Amino acid sequence: MSPRGSFVARRLLFAVPVLAVMSVFVFLMIRLVPGDPVQTMLGFRATPENAAQVRSDLGLDRSLVSQYVDYVGGVVHGDLGRDYVSRAPVSTLLAQRLPVTVELTVLAMALAVLVGVPLGVSSAARAGPLRTASEGFVVAGISIADFWLGIMLVLVFAGTWHLLPPSGFVRLTEDPLGNLRYLALPVITLAFGEAAYILRTTRGAMDEVLGTQYVLFLRAKGVSERRIVYRHALRNASPTIATVVGIQFGVLLGGAIVIETLFALPGVGRLIVTSIQQRNYTVVQGGVMVVAGLFILVTLLTDIAVGWLDPRIGEGQGS
Amino acid sequence: MSATVATPAAVGGRRLRPGFLATRKGMVGFVVLAILVAVAVLASWIAPHPPDAIDGSRVLAGPTLAHPFGSDALGRDVFSRVIFAFRVSLAVAVGSTLLAFAIGTPLGLLAGYRGGWVDAAIMRPIDMLLALPALLLAVALIAILGPGSAIALLAIAVIYTPILARVARASTLVVSSQTYVEGARARGASQWRILTRHVLPNAVGPVIVQATILMGFALQIEAALSFLGLGAQPPTSSLGVMLADGRDVLSQAPWVEIFPGVAIAITVLAFNLFGDGLRRQLDPRGVTR
Amino acid sequence: MTAPILSLDAVGVGFPTSHGRVSAVTDVSLEVREGEIFGLVGESGCGKTTLAMATMGLLPSTSDVSGAIRFQGQDLVGLDREALRRLRGDRISMIFQDPMTSLDPAFAIGDQVAETILAHRDVDRREAKARALGLLVGVGIPDAARRYGDPPHRLSGGMRQRVVIATALANEPALILADEPTTALDVTIQAQVLSLLASLRERHRTTIVLITHDLGVIAQVCDRVGVMYAGQLVEVASVEDLFARPRHPYTEALLEALPTVHHERGDLRVIAGRVPDLTDPPPGCRFATRCPHVMEVCATTPPLADEDPAHAVACWLSEATQRAGGHAGIASGGRS
Repeated sequence: MSPRGSFVARRLLFAVPVLAVMSVFVFLMIRLVPGDPVQTMLGFRATPENAAQVRSDLGLDRSLVSQYVDYVGGVVHGDLGRDYVSRAPVSTLLAQRLPVTVELTVLAMALAVLVGVPLGVSSAARAGPLRTASEGFVVAGISIADFWLGIMLVLVFAGTWHLLPPSGFVRLTEDPLGNLRYLALPVITLAFGEAAYILRTTRGAMDEVLGTQYVLFLRAKGVSERRIVYRHALRNASPTIATVVGIQFGVLLGGAIVIETLFALPGVGRLIVTSIQQRNYTVVQGGVMVVAGLFILVTLLTDIAVGWLDPRIGEGQGS
Repeated sequence: MSATVATPAAVGGRRLRPGFLATRKGMVGFVVLAILVAVAVLASWIAPHPPDAIDGSRVLAGPTLAHPFGSDALGRDVFSRVIFAFRVSLAVAVGSTLLAFAIGTPLGLLAGYRGGWVDAAIMRPIDMLLALPALLLAVALIAILGPGSAIALLAIAVIYTPILARVARASTLVVSSQTYVEGARARGASQWRILTRHVLPNAVGPVIVQATILMGFALQIEAALSFLGLGAQPPTSSLGVMLADGRDVLSQAPWVEIFPGVAIAITVLAFNLFGDGLRRQLDPRGVTR
Repeated sequence: MTAPILSLDAVGVGFPTSHGRVSAVTDVSLEVREGEIFGLVGESGCGKTTLAMATMGLLPSTSDVSGAIRFQGQDLVGLDREALRRLRGDRISMIFQDPMTSLDPAFAIGDQVAETILAHRDVDRREAKARALGLLVGVGIPDAARRYGDPPHRLSGGMRQRVVIATALANEPALILADEPTTALDVTIQAQVLSLLASLRERHRTTIVLITHDLGVIAQVCDRVGVMYAGQLVEVASVEDLFARPRHPYTEALLEALPTVHHERGDLRVIAGRVPDLTDPPPGCRFATRCPHVMEVCATTPPLADEDPAHAVACWLSEATQRAGGHAGIASGGRS
């Protein structure tokens, strides 16, 4: 196997135990609920009959191991159990919600990269007003809580100027332009802090590369500063930037839970929150499983991208 | 490029002020934090009004001299409420980080110092925790254990423990290779003594730096959890609870919503600046960079 | 005598640091003749690299350069950035100490050579590639056509330094500044790289300034040599003359530190005492604190003066320095 191939294979192998442990954790979620989970779930609706029904639906009357085997078997076949409020299959529910979360987070990350990387590159290794401005942006992006920024954006753009809707959603397939109007504020909200973080990472990586001996040698060769920055330095900083983008996608997915709730977007994050409030554990389980799985997938894609971008990993010299 | 040139001048660098006060940013962070902690501790004396005092004549009234942050939907003084809510939020942030520090540091220390299967046994699960989105992990834990400030504190500690263990491990790896540790080993000092007397004091600096910065972000996480209704529960109010309550009156009384968020931002920034200042003194090798 | 291709006139370089201004180079005047290999020797930190960087216009913008650095008659000090860029890699090239870090790890070695051509010549990619390949063959890269697309980390240190040299040669420069080009290489590779440099002069009449701390390297390939100490130029002579009749006490100490004159590496750090702090240095000869012949007059800076047409020295023990400095007859000559 090529060194690059074996690098990817090793990363794939790490994803397997992570998924396994996560499935155990998610499986145990209901069982770890203090007291009787069925009573907690059904609350005032609980009668001895429906309690027994739910108990056997959940398999709580059998041994833990056989429950787990059943659960994993179900998950593999796309069966994540039933929603105890609407009686709908959890997988159907998630299939409706997942595209919203994916669209939100992917758009936010794209915006963050489009803002953060160019600003980071152009403010690297130089003093001046641009550097000062980017410094200020980083400070703001790190300090300000994303959902509070979202509230302030609603106040200004929806409340005062009436430019954009404060909350709500239409599907991309129904009304692409309306979809973007509804997503504009949530995407900006999520992207703001990420852009600052990516800016800082990019600037740091660029500063480091621009201080190396080979950049000095490029200058000694009479290569233009433009080419040094955009061709050579950016190319060498790209594995670092890609790694951070991958890690930060997890932060975005976490942030989406709050932002979807804030803007009433029908995504997986909001589904998890409302299901927790309704003690709708099977839905919470499914939601956690899907979001975690999505992040593991993104991490894997990032590793592949970094392996491709970093010439040393390609030669099997990387870790 | 000035490496060859700077050699003679690099000898005998002077330090003007000790540690975290050496940089202007560290100084600013320290002073702001000192004020914020004083406000939290002395809340009952500083707050001009009782936080729960309802004043029907001041429902959604704007800022005045007596009520600098205005009043909320029940006519309560927002300034006083922010002070008391900040106290709760800060307690959760400090408590969660200290808990994570108390668990993560020994784990990382042991993993880094012993290496081998001990390292693997400790770090594999920790790497798995890091492979999940942090806020999702916190939300999932609260889903199991139920909402509340104490649970939020625990959930944040669970997020932070692997991060601090990682830093402690990296720092220990650097320290373990230093001559004084090898010297102690050669003198036949016990493992326990080497770990507590030689490795821990020298390895803990970067962990403290990282914990300081994380403490600020814990305030953001607590606020997010409380905003979702998963953190502090009524009658306890935290900054996140205030932000959730204020949303209903956002357009009529934006001050209810603005000031708690500003308080969070200032605190996060102060912890960041202070942590960066500490870094100069406690993390000269740049483990946390 | 041939015309100077590079002439330095009272060059000084200062850097601001947090502890004050460092005078890395003080009042250096020097002429390098066309077609020669000129050695510049001294301990690390003596300012020899700074001098090369000042010539290339590669010092950080915070530094200040005084005096004149004339290349083919044109003063490079204060020349605008774009004009300097056009000179670099075209008329003047520089080779750095560590070949392991001189090449961009993410680009094919051949493209890095071709890039230098494209930066200065109006040729298309194919033409640049063909020329780059020729250069790689010329510096002795075996199987160059196949290695053209290799990233640097597939090459050994010696091979990488050959790539660096090929890059420096790409546009047939008039002057090459080689800063410790062999220090990072092991001894057999060192000899190969040095003979490669020497052969360039034969083939292209390229002038080379060879910067090193190793007198053995100087003895192998240089025609003339300048000795620097703590930012000052203390002695300039032909290599034969310098080794046979060193005039400056510092040069004497350097030569004494050599186990044998030829082919062995000399360790300069065996001289007692330490280099003075270049932040706010005391006036006078910088070597005075370590010099066995120190006199009262050494508190005044000794000027560099010609003892004979092939040998200049800056030391109050020298009659030429005494005449030039207006202190005739002060030294009774304390040398053995």
